[in-house]
Amino acid sequence: MDIIVLLKQVPSTESILQIAGDGRSVKTDDINWVISPYDEFAVEEALRIREKQGGTVTLVSVGAAKASEAIRTALAMGADKGILVNDPATASCDGLGIARILATVIRALPYDLIIAGQRAVDDENFLVGAAVAEFLDIPFVSLVIQQEIADGSIQCQRTIEGGTAMIQSPLPALFTTQRGLNEPRYASLPGVMKAKKKPIETRTLADLGMEAPAPLLRVVAMKLPEMRKAAKIIDAATPQAKAAELVRILHEEAKVI
Amino acid sequence: MSQDILAVAEYAGGFFRKVSFEALSEGRRMADTLGGKLVVLVLGDGVQEAAKQLAAYGADKILVADHSALKDYLTETFTQVAAEMIRKEAPAFVLMGATSQGKDLGAALSARLNAPLATDCISLRFDGQKAVITRPMYGGKILADAVIESSPGIITLRPNAFALAAVAGSGQIESWPVVLDKARTSCLGRQIESAGKIDLTEADAVISGGRGMGGSDFSVLESLASVMGGAVGASRSAVDEGWRPVSDQVGQTGKVISPNIYMACGISGAIQHFAGMQTSKVIVAINKDPEAPIFSKADYGLVGNLFEIVPMITEEVKKLKGS
Repeated sequence: MDIIVLLKQVPSTESILQIAGDGRSVKTDDINWVISPYDEFAVEEALRIREKQGGTVTLVSVGAAKASEAIRTALAMGADKGILVNDPATASCDGLGIARILATVIRALPYDLIIAGQRAVDDENFLVGAAVAEFLDIPFVSLVIQQEIADGSIQCQRTIEGGTAMIQSPLPALFTTQRGLNEPRYASLPGVMKAKKKPIETRTLADLGMEAPAPLLRVVAMKLPEMRKAAKIIDAATPQAKAAELVRILHEEAKVI
Repeated sequence: MSQDILAVAEYAGGFFRKVSFEALSEGRRMADTLGGKLVVLVLGDGVQEAAKQLAAYGADKILVADHSALKDYLTETFTQVAAEMIRKEAPAFVLMGATSQGKDLGAALSARLNAPLATDCISLRFDGQKAVITRPMYGGKILADAVIESSPGIITLRPNAFALAAVAGSGQIESWPVVLDKARTSCLGRQIESAGKIDLTEADAVISGGRGMGGSDFSVLESLASVMGGAVGASRSAVDEGWRPVSDQVGQTGKVISPNIYMACGISGAIQHFAGMQTSKVIVAINKDPEAPIFSKADYGLVGNLFEIVPMITEEVKKLKGS
């Protein structure tokens, strides 16, 4: 089974973000970069499938040179090789453009299954997985919490509002991960040593025979959400009085009850 | 370019989602601004009768794709039918709720139609003919304004972010002849665990519990949520402890929500949790630790034992609702 994992390097979710001088991006110095958490589930699931069925796990990413650190981390978890499209022209791409680039890379590779995070926790687009599946014309299932592969097809349990649905699809297919799918492993020390020798190929858009797709959605400004001042602490003599005062305020002043 | 707006209404479990009415309401406002029509798409099995109620939110035309193969949502069938409808109607913008289905369908349509996608938008304005949307990024730590550069612009709307406005439209119903390629995927079944429960993302009131709950007994929060007509959420710690299902998690790697009122009970207030609920209109924090970081980010705070105070709040709300 040849499995491809779509990987993105993002600021860790602990990061406190600030707006950069251009007013439409975030400051990237002093940020701790990690594999997007949902992509980590994808790497783990790919490794588990390979452990059962044999095969290869190939990571594909679009990003700057430092994104190779994220690929190296996933290689240390156990993936076999990585491909990084590193081209400054991709910086202006929207999610759809990135998906076109990923699909172009993947067309030249053998694959039975593609796994992606449901979304990257920076852009929050929920777009790339679905779009890559569409460009490759393969079936797509999102938000998967459990899967089973048998006889050339995959059964996926996915989350829907208030429950789950079971979707069956032939392979090759692309599915995206949901929390609950697995608990990603940590890279072991031998894993880290081995990863140093594993290949990371880099490509430019010229290597792929394409130009950066023009963005159809263009970010023009970023701001920080209005910060709340410290809470008004509701003080009263007894818990009962506090509860009554809170409900009064919520009803009469905030008008939310 | 057409000035029309097309809204996709999501029919699930015998009713339209509230966010679908929000999408229609916003679609009506946009159509009025641009001087176009509001067309609504309904896809499903046996939805002809229910589709009529969409006229109450300003639909000029209701296109109904009624077919047994559209009973359960599948990306490929819904994308095929919706893409054909969109090509025929050629609207300026396509709106739908940012639900698990809407985000999935919006993304697939964006790729199929080479159309811009703005996901999980919380507001929208026009700059001339161009729409500028605001959407949270980085789990809500950043709000980004983005311009939609071409049509049809596909916009998914965060539940509870756009005002409902009931205005009668002519609501002329048209049946859409559904012709489907043989589907590769199939839905083997659905399991709805919380039938009749209000979904976390659509609830007006969310009562969440964290590590301070000390265990899986969330009954005090459930009682309060019940009298407030809301839903129960959880912090990542509570989910990691196995006290609540993953689907209840509020935060940067869980659900990002905007209820009218959010009550954080026994939640210390990690930055990732805050990212998931800071667009709530009012945030109340209840914690026994007066130094808990959540108090610096809430509107109202109550210091005390949540197991004592929450039932008292429930009683007070009951009294208020009874009067």
